Amino acid sequence: MTPSKTVIEPGSTPASGSALPLRVNSLAKRFGQTVALDGVSLEVRVGECVGFLGPNGAGKSTLIRSIVGRVLPDSGSVEVFGLPAGSSGARMALGWIPQELALYPRITVRENLACFGRYFGLSRSKLNESVAWCLNWAALEDKSSELCKNLSGGMKRRLNMAAGLIHRPRIVLMDEPTVGVDPQSRNRIFEMIESLRSEGTAIVYTTHYMEEAERLCDRIAIIDHGKVIAHGTKESLVRGVFGQRSQVLARFSGAPSEIAAWTEARGGHLVDSAAEFTIEQSSQIGLLLDNAASAGLVLEDVLIRRPNLESVFLHLTGRELRD
Amino acid sequence: MFNVARTALLALRRDRAAFVLSFILPLAFFSIFAVIFGGMHDSTPRINVILVDEDKSESSRDLVRSLSHESSLSIATHPAPAGKSAPTPPDYTAATAEAAVKAGDAPVALVIPRGFGQHPIGFGPDSEAAPIQLLNDSSDIIAPQIVTGLLQKAAMTAMPAAMAQEGMKYSERYIGTLTTAQRAQMQSNIDALKQLQSSGEDSLSSGAGGAFSGGIIAVKARSVVGENKHNSMISFYAAAIGVMFLLFTASASSGALLDEAESGTLDRVLSSRITMTRLLAGKLFFNTLFAFAQLVAMFLYGWAVFKLDFFNHLGGFTVMGLATAFAVAAFGMLLASACHTRAQLGALSTLLILIMSSVGGSMFPRYLMPPAMQKAGLLTLNAWAIDGFNKVFWYELPLWDLRNQVGVLLASGIVLFLVARRIARRWEYV
Repeated sequence: MTPSKTVIEPGSTPASGSALPLRVNSLAKRFGQTVALDGVSLEVRVGECVGFLGPNGAGKSTLIRSIVGRVLPDSGSVEVFGLPAGSSGARMALGWIPQELALYPRITVRENLACFGRYFGLSRSKLNESVAWCLNWAALEDKSSELCKNLSGGMKRRLNMAAGLIHRPRIVLMDEPTVGVDPQSRNRIFEMIESLRSEGTAIVYTTHYMEEAERLCDRIAIIDHGKVIAHGTKESLVRGVFGQRSQVLARFSGAPSEIAAWTEARGGHLVDSAAEFTIEQSSQIGLLLDNAASAGLVLEDVLIRRPNLESVFLHLTGRELRD
Repeated sequence: MFNVARTALLALRRDRAAFVLSFILPLAFFSIFAVIFGGMHDSTPRINVILVDEDKSESSRDLVRSLSHESSLSIATHPAPAGKSAPTPPDYTAATAEAAVKAGDAPVALVIPRGFGQHPIGFGPDSEAAPIQLLNDSSDIIAPQIVTGLLQKAAMTAMPAAMAQEGMKYSERYIGTLTTAQRAQMQSNIDALKQLQSSGEDSLSSGAGGAFSGGIIAVKARSVVGENKHNSMISFYAAAIGVMFLLFTASASSGALLDEAESGTLDRVLSSRITMTRLLAGKLFFNTLFAFAQLVAMFLYGWAVFKLDFFNHLGGFTVMGLATAFAVAAFGMLLASACHTRAQLGALSTLLILIMSSVGGSMFPRYLMPPAMQKAGLLTLNAWAIDGFNKVFWYELPLWDLRNQVGVLLASGIVLFLVARRIARRWEYV
C-alpha cells in the first residue's frame, strides 16, 4: 500500500509508441466545499485491466467523467494516448460504458448501435462492420431487430456495453457494468470483457463487487475521499494491509448484545452476526475461544481464512455507512 | 386515500416550477381574456379605413371631416411615413387605396368620386348622386357594414345643407314648384345650415344620426380581396391552428433532450464526436422538418376537405412554412433547455403557448382585438406566421412582400436558438 499520490505500476504490455492508453496526473476537482478529487495520479498500460474500488461518494465517478472529458478538472491533466481528455483524438480512442442504460429505448438494438456509430463519424462500411462485431460480441445477433425497451435487463446491459465499443476504442471505461443483472448475464459479461482483454484493449473497471475486481483486474486502485489510498495487485494489497495475518470468523449462540460487547472488547468486528478478528499466529485462536467460553458465549462455528480484497477494502475505507 | 393524496402533494411540492405554473396558468388566461373581451382596456377596437377624396368639394371635405371624428374609425388619407423624420407620402389615389386593401393594410377603403359634391345626397333609385366606392377585403365581414352605417350617419350630420337642398329639389320634382316665398325661406335655412357646417362644431358629427337610417349616400361596394375565394376563414385557421399545434409539438419533441439528459444518453452522446452545438443544431434541424411536415399535412387536409387553394400558393407556403417551422422549433429548443423536468416543460410550454396563441391570433383574429393587444400580438411567433400565411393565401402577395414576416421569424428562430445554446451549457461540463 502506498499513499495518495500514486502511480499504478505498469502492466505487462508496453504502450504502443511512447503514449500510454491513460495517464492521469495530479487531478483535482472541487464541487463547492466538497473535494471530489484530491491530486489523483495513475497510469494504465496497453492490455491492462485496472479496477477502481471505492465507497459511494469516494470520487470514482468524477474520476471517470474527468477521463471522458465530461468534468473539467480544477487542476491536473488527463491524457489518452498522449492526447488531452475531451479532444477529438481522445474521444475516438476512448470507449465509455456508463452505469446508466444510456440507450434510445424506442429504437431497435441495431439502430441504437448504428446511431452511436454515426456519432463517432464511422463510414457506412465501417459502421456495418462494427455493428456486426458488436452484435456478435454482446450475443445480441438474434435480437438485432428488437426494440431496446423490450429487451431483458441483462440484454440491455450487454447492449449498453456494446454501444460504448461501437467505434472500437483502444481503452474502455466500464462503470459498474454488471449492476442489476442475473448470474448468467454477469458471467456472459465477464466473458465479453475477457475477450476484449485478449485483444489488447486496456480497461478501467469500477465496481462494488470485490469478486469481480479479483477476477478481472490486473491491478486495483482503492479510492476514498478523492484520493487513491491504495493500489497494486490483489496479493500486494492484502500483503500491504495484513502482512501474514489471518482472519478468524467465529459464530456464537447467545444474546446478540453480549456477543457484540465481547467482540468489541476483544478488538474485533461483527460481520453478518459473526465475530471477526485479525490474528498474527494460529495459536491466538485457542486463547480467543477460551476467553469466549469464560464469558459465557457458546461457540457454534469457527472459520480461519486469509484476508481477501473485501477485507482490505473494509479495512481501508472503514465500516461506517456511506451515502 | 389521504395517504395517497399526501404523497401526490409531496411530489408536486418538490417540483416547485410545475406547482407554481399550475396556478399561474389559469390566472394568466383569465387576465388575457378579460383584457380582450371584458372592457378592461381604455380604447375600443377601431377600423382602419383608407379615404380618398377625388372630389375636393365642400361636401366631400365635410364628409371627410365628419368621418375623421368617428371614434370607431381610424382614417388614413395617406400611407404612414417610412420613419419619424421621413416626409409624408402623397395622398392615396383610388388605385393605391385598392392596392393597400389588397395588401392587407386596411380592411376598407372609401373613394369619394369626382362630381360627388354636385349631388351628394340621393333619394330613391333615380338618384343623380355619384356613388362613393367602398373597396373591401372580404375576409373581414364586419368592417364594411360598420363603415357603411357610419357613412350614412356622417352624411346626415356633416351635410345637412346639402341634404336640405337636395330634398328641396326632390320636393319640387315630385310635388310641384315652390312659391318664391317658400323658396326664399328654404334658401335662408340652407344658408344657416351651411354657416353651421363651416363653423366645424362637433355637434355635426355627434348629432342625432342614430335617428336616421337608410342610404341617403349612394355607396357602391366592391370586394377587392377574396371575392372569388371559397371561404375566407379556411386559410386563416389552417395557419392559426397549425402554428399553435406546431408550438406544442415542437416543445414536446424538444423534451427528448430532457429524457436523454435524465437517462444518461446525453452524456454518452457528448462523449462522442458530437458537440453540444451540433447536437442542438441536429435536433433543431429535425424539429424544423417535422414541423414543416405537420404544416404540409394540415394545408393538404384543408385542400382536400375545405377546398383550400393550396397548390397555387406552393412557393409562398414553402417560404412561410419553413420560416415558421424553424422559429417554432427553436422556441421548443429554448423551452427544453430552460426546463429541468418534463413536468416543468409541460407546464411552462402550455402557459406560454396558450398565451402566445390567444394574443397572437391563433384563437381569434387579431383585428377583433383592442389596438394595444394587436400590438402585443406582434411579440408572438403566431402573429407573424399568421400574417405571412394570410399574405400568401388571402392577399396573394408576391414572395417579396413576405420579407418582414420571414425576416422576423428567422431572426427570432436564430435568437431563440442562441439563447437555448447558451442555457444548454449546463449539460456540457461540470
